[in-house]
Amino acid sequence: MSAVIAIREVVDEGCTSAPVLRERGQREVFCGLTSIIWLHRKVQDAFFLVVGSRTCAHLIQSAAGVMIFAEPRFATAIIDERDLAGLADANEELDRVVTQLLQRRPEIRLLFLVGSCPSEVIKLDLSRAAARLSGTFTPRVRVLSFSGSGIETTFTQGEDACLAALVPGLPPEAPAAAASLLVVGALADVVEDQFTRLFAQLGIGPVQFFPPRRADAMPTVGPQTRMLLAQPFLATTARALEDRGVQRLDAPFPLGVEGTTLWLQAAASAFGVPAARFDEVTLPSRSRATQAVARHRARLQGQRIFFFPDSQLEIPIARFLAREIGMALVEVGTPYLHRQHLAQELALLPAGTVLSEGQHVERQLDRCRAANPDIVVCGLGLANPLEAEGMTTKWSIELVFTPIQGYEQAADLAELFARPLVRRLRLAA
Amino acid sequence: MQLTVWTYEGPPHVGAMRVATALTDVHYVLHAPQGDTYADLLFTMIERLPRRPPVTYTTFQARDLGGDTAELFKVAAREAFERFKPNTMLVGASCTAELIQDDPAGLARALNLPIPVVALELPSYQRKENWGASETFYQVVRALAGRGVPAPGTARPPRDADARPRCNVLGPTALGFRHRDDVREISNLLTHMGVDINVVAPLDASSDDLRRLGEADFNVVLYPEIGALTAQWLQRSFGQPATKTVPIGAGATRDFITEVAQLAGLDPAASLARAESRSRWYARSVDSTYLTGKRVFIFGDATHAVAAARVASTELGFTVVGLGTYSREFAREVRAAAALYGVAPLISDDYLEIEAAIAELQPELVLGTQMERHIAKRLGVPCAVISAPVHVQDYPARFSPQMGFEGANVLFDTWVHPLMMGLEEHLIGMFRGDTEFHADAAPSHLGASTAAVSTPVDAPPVVAAAAQVDIGAAVAEADWAADAQKELHKIPFFVRGKARRNTERYARDRGLSVITIETLYDAKAHFSH
Repeated sequence: MSAVIAIREVVDEGCTSAPVLRERGQREVFCGLTSIIWLHRKVQDAFFLVVGSRTCAHLIQSAAGVMIFAEPRFATAIIDERDLAGLADANEELDRVVTQLLQRRPEIRLLFLVGSCPSEVIKLDLSRAAARLSGTFTPRVRVLSFSGSGIETTFTQGEDACLAALVPGLPPEAPAAAASLLVVGALADVVEDQFTRLFAQLGIGPVQFFPPRRADAMPTVGPQTRMLLAQPFLATTARALEDRGVQRLDAPFPLGVEGTTLWLQAAASAFGVPAARFDEVTLPSRSRATQAVARHRARLQGQRIFFFPDSQLEIPIARFLAREIGMALVEVGTPYLHRQHLAQELALLPAGTVLSEGQHVERQLDRCRAANPDIVVCGLGLANPLEAEGMTTKWSIELVFTPIQGYEQAADLAELFARPLVRRLRLAA
Repeated sequence: MQLTVWTYEGPPHVGAMRVATALTDVHYVLHAPQGDTYADLLFTMIERLPRRPPVTYTTFQARDLGGDTAELFKVAAREAFERFKPNTMLVGASCTAELIQDDPAGLARALNLPIPVVALELPSYQRKENWGASETFYQVVRALAGRGVPAPGTARPPRDADARPRCNVLGPTALGFRHRDDVREISNLLTHMGVDINVVAPLDASSDDLRRLGEADFNVVLYPEIGALTAQWLQRSFGQPATKTVPIGAGATRDFITEVAQLAGLDPAASLARAESRSRWYARSVDSTYLTGKRVFIFGDATHAVAAARVASTELGFTVVGLGTYSREFAREVRAAAALYGVAPLISDDYLEIEAAIAELQPELVLGTQMERHIAKRLGVPCAVISAPVHVQDYPARFSPQMGFEGANVLFDTWVHPLMMGLEEHLIGMFRGDTEFHADAAPSHLGASTAAVSTPVDAPPVVAAAAQVDIGAAVAEADWAADAQKELHKIPFFVRGKARRNTERYARDRGLSVITIETLYDAKAHFSH
């Protein structure tokens, strides 16, 4: 692999060696349980059973908001004081709840027991419980476990933990398998379909996506598998896949025209696609996307943006906004900075960008107010209060719940930032 | 362990947040892990408050657990005091912090802050949101008003002859269902009656306001779930009596006026004579005839559910077919009310159980929380929201109280709106095959967006299973003749299930193997007496 060379090439560029402000204090972010909101829609025959408190149940339904309309594929086994009296009892209770759930929902094929802060603190061993329950319900239902607890995971790290739990059970690739591509990280179905078409035109294949849309369609993995991370928050999953022999293709993330091109390019290089072919396939999409993005550039160029930490998508999105839209980055906060996976992103980020990792929300609000940016990207707890103070905000959760990856979505991503500013102008008029 | 799909109430510390956010100069330091800050969005997104709730979360992580989470708490509390300069501080633990037993009370004491610090013990694994709000309100009031309590046995001095009577209004909080509007409506009503308002609490009250609670002559308890405990303590400590009537509905508002007048030593006659309620006239007007006997299912917190049952039954002429609450603490009141209407009380916070009850009872209108709104939507039954938990659309921009005479008008409008209009219902009865007015059509004034209501896309398995059982049983016992089946379909969807069940029961009782059109009408005649 050429990773070493790539790093040497970019060593003095961008923010590769930029200092990072590391903060400790109150974090205004969701815990990993929140990932269930999109995961349960992505994998359509999987069910997520949080083993936690009433707070966990309340968190998920509050964060899920309008999605309460559907019969959800998640629920909470609420621990009560009787369970706290003794662990054996809690395990029996869990078995009873799972049995009750599987009777009610016979269509479930894959059940995740999701650990929470309380279940971690009382040391309820959910991996053992999952093994036990898998034995009971095999072959109809597979039971796995992962932790979405706030003491261990921040928001999107819940997806990382979930996917990592799936990795050991992924079927091995055939012994004499040819190289295959694995795209890792939940993407909107429409985005997946676009990428599938592009890879097919490039002659890259077979291509598999992880997580798959159905639990019985898990990808095969092995030494011939090349993975392309579609999301920047998959540290544990990538390591687990590497343990299975999968090779990671180093690339920026597929946000914006440039990010998407470099991301596809990483796969094209690994699969020996000729440069001419690559251009032939991608140029129409690239020029269409560039034109669409340019319309927003006029509106957003020079606007100063401040990111509160939320999903770990902050750095790739900031790179897009700075390089393709011409916005000025005041501060880019991220809950966790994975230097290796973000190496190419950091290299592309304008030198001198203020980066912060972790959070002390009060001090960050002080910095934000002092900087008085044109637009603030922040969570749902902060957005309306900052609007009331006169700032323009963009809810960061929308960046996770909207298809933003790939060429066709590059302008949509820009539009997400343009809309609050346009709205402010309209309401002022 | 309880399997929970949706929960009616949050944990008790969310109740404490509702009180802290309602008060004007209080800060709550909550020992809690990352993620518990989600509760902020309840206030900023659902209630649309333009400010953050006054809460600091310590945000401990797994790596802190072996170390010093207690120090983390002390730092957070000290920083919160310095930054927010509150006049009173609340300290407590969320569910996870309760397990690590750091003793926020002792830690806060050790900080020697120059303000009252109220330590909250809210057992997360036993109790829920409303209990947490009630307990928090009580603890804060006791801490702040407690110093003014006269010695036991001291008689309450009589009010000066020329002084107007004064009351406190207790119970309204942040994130309450129409609390802000109810306070405005009831405050106006009290003022017009000649009663001055000493303090409204906790909503918009300061620490100093809470210290003055004992100065009132009596208390008005708007929301017993939150205010009753405090009112009882005020009664014991200051000899202040409290109202028992919750003024939801025109009748209850009149009762409330009488009760307040009695507590205030006023003559209610003038206030009652002045009382104007458009809702009563609207209910009497001939257009409302079609509301008679509409079968209504009611579920919510105890106060709103019991009040809604009275309004539905006596002010709109509906028939209450189900009444329930998720407030176990107030189960007795709901049981008593259910007995009045001859229905079995449903005391449960299990969403699936309530869903099954609604599917079984097949009401024509559901009055419930946002959970019942979703159930009703799936079942294709009209619904209005009468109680927390509610969503962002239940915090309307306009003045929209539930209490007082204007509240009664709001109830009339919001409950009748989802229903068919009277003549429309008749047309459906007459011309069932009409393309516009057919049995599965939504009310015409609700537009196309509700057209999908009658064909739920994502029917929950519990209902699907129940339906399958129904059909299966029918096949085993008596077959529906094709023309009878077709005739059954001409019956409006909201009573069709009942007609089917009754007919099948009729056939079963008589040992009929085939249900014909004649059987259908025989059964109709049999059950209609």
